[in-house]
Amino acid sequence: MFARTSTWWTILRISVEERLVYRGDFALSTLMRFLPIVTQIFLWWAVFSAAQSVEPGNGATRIVGYAYHDFVAYYLLTMISRAFSSMPGLASGICRDIREGTVKKYLVQPIDMLSFLLLYRIAHKVIYYAVAAAPFALVFYLCRDFFPAGWPEPQILLAYAAALLMAFLLGFFLEATIGMIGFWFLEVSSLLFIYMLFSFFCSGHMFPIDMLPGVWGELVRLIPLQYLAYFPAAVFLGKVQGPELIAGLWIQFGWVVFFIAASRVAFALGVRRYSGFGG
Amino acid sequence: MRTHPSYLRVLLTFARNSLVRDMTFRGNFLIETLSSMSWVIMNLGFYVLVFQHTPRLGAVTDWGEYAFSWGKYEFFLFLSTTLVINSLVQTLFMENASEFSELIRTGKLDFALLKPIDTQFLISLQRVQWASLGNLAVGVGLAAYSLVRLGWVPTAAQVGLYLLFVACGVAIMYSLMIALAATSIWLGRNQSLYDFWFYITNFSRYPMEIYHGPLGTPLRLFFTFIIPVMVVVNVPARFLIRPLVPQTVSDLTLPAFAILATLVSLTASRYLFQRSLLSYRSASS
Repeated sequence: MFARTSTWWTILRISVEERLVYRGDFALSTLMRFLPIVTQIFLWWAVFSAAQSVEPGNGATRIVGYAYHDFVAYYLLTMISRAFSSMPGLASGICRDIREGTVKKYLVQPIDMLSFLLLYRIAHKVIYYAVAAAPFALVFYLCRDFFPAGWPEPQILLAYAAALLMAFLLGFFLEATIGMIGFWFLEVSSLLFIYMLFSFFCSGHMFPIDMLPGVWGELVRLIPLQYLAYFPAAVFLGKVQGPELIAGLWIQFGWVVFFIAASRVAFALGVRRYSGFGG
Repeated sequence: MRTHPSYLRVLLTFARNSLVRDMTFRGNFLIETLSSMSWVIMNLGFYVLVFQHTPRLGAVTDWGEYAFSWGKYEFFLFLSTTLVINSLVQTLFMENASEFSELIRTGKLDFALLKPIDTQFLISLQRVQWASLGNLAVGVGLAAYSLVRLGWVPTAAQVGLYLLFVACGVAIMYSLMIALAATSIWLGRNQSLYDFWFYITNFSRYPMEIYHGPLGTPLRLFFTFIIPVMVVVNVPARFLIRPLVPQTVSDLTLPAFAILATLVSLTASRYLFQRSLLSYRSASS
């Protein structure tokens, strides 16, 4: 037991150090990642000022229940959601390991691939938050006017933290499951691109999914992608409350469990199909 | 004997070779075309959603000198211009520019330098990415559809000016891209080239009128006059949408500035590229 813990601890430490090599570049690119939000701020301002000039009022125009500042706040919050749920290179990395045969190392060594990758991600994410905290804090401080309600209540914050944590787990196991497709197909880059596209659109990264009308909105709410970006942000903004919030958290938890199981099953089935050659 | 190669023939050979290569893997070509088109269609879906909640972008009243508001189909014409320009840039230059930093890292640029042809020409156009032309088709289709919905028939002069300024836009985008790629000689490796490119050109994607106010105006001025990405789409799009009667001063000065910006960008990026080549130290061997 102790030996095992120390193995995991070593993996975590090595991954942390590896990640810290490029910390300067890293903080800068985090700040750059907020640039597209600048265009969103102006786009929505143009939308709202037009909508207002059509129905002149006291400036309280709302689109699908979102005021102008809600939209901007929403985009900023999805940046946080994505910081937890996005797993760059996870699925494609697994596929590459399978294609090039390096997946062998997990099969012959007493290390479980999914646990190893999870630890590796946790290390990267922890360092990411440590380095990105400053740029994030700066941007949110500059944009504080878009949050007129200030901090939400403690229990909402708690639910928000839970939603973010589960967004991380869901993002990891969902992408890992997709990566397992590599056992069945050799070339998956275009498949991954299409997944990425759907994820961008349906997770609420591009716009709040409340904007989707009728059956489209219902469809997107049925699939788990919304928990990667939309749901945590909506929790913070108080768009989901009370029983709906509790139910949402449980459904998110259900999806996490589902994808943990799915990735395990896919890996077990994949390994049975897999054949490794050479040294 | 001719001392320099025929650039046109070399270009056509590049285009043919790339097409042959693409057609060798037809399934892959089709998937690439379809996936980049689906990206565009999803984006279009977003704007369709936006225009369900507002009849146009921006209030007409408070724009002052830049008074112009974009209705749904006017904005779609703008969007189709973005698509046309971006797909041309992607087809002709994108892959080559990202390949360039790889050439530097691996030292393979040596081979390009040894060839008896202009190095910038060679590395900029070596590979034509035919799959990106699918988006051009979407762009043209969207433009035609929007024009029909607007009930607006542009004159031959308008189309001519439109094409001229689309070419200027492509040239400005190319200059920016090659300048960014050239910096990879100094930095050794430029992985974030794509990111940087995306973040900067992001500002060309919307009508310049939306950048307004204490933060917007400086942004607009910066991305018009310092890094001229805002004239890339805005200028040609305007020629297609409005009658050829100048209504404000900027209707005349902006196109003139776009021409100037094109020339300056091309010259400056060429200079930067040549300078960066001087610092190239090859690798290994």
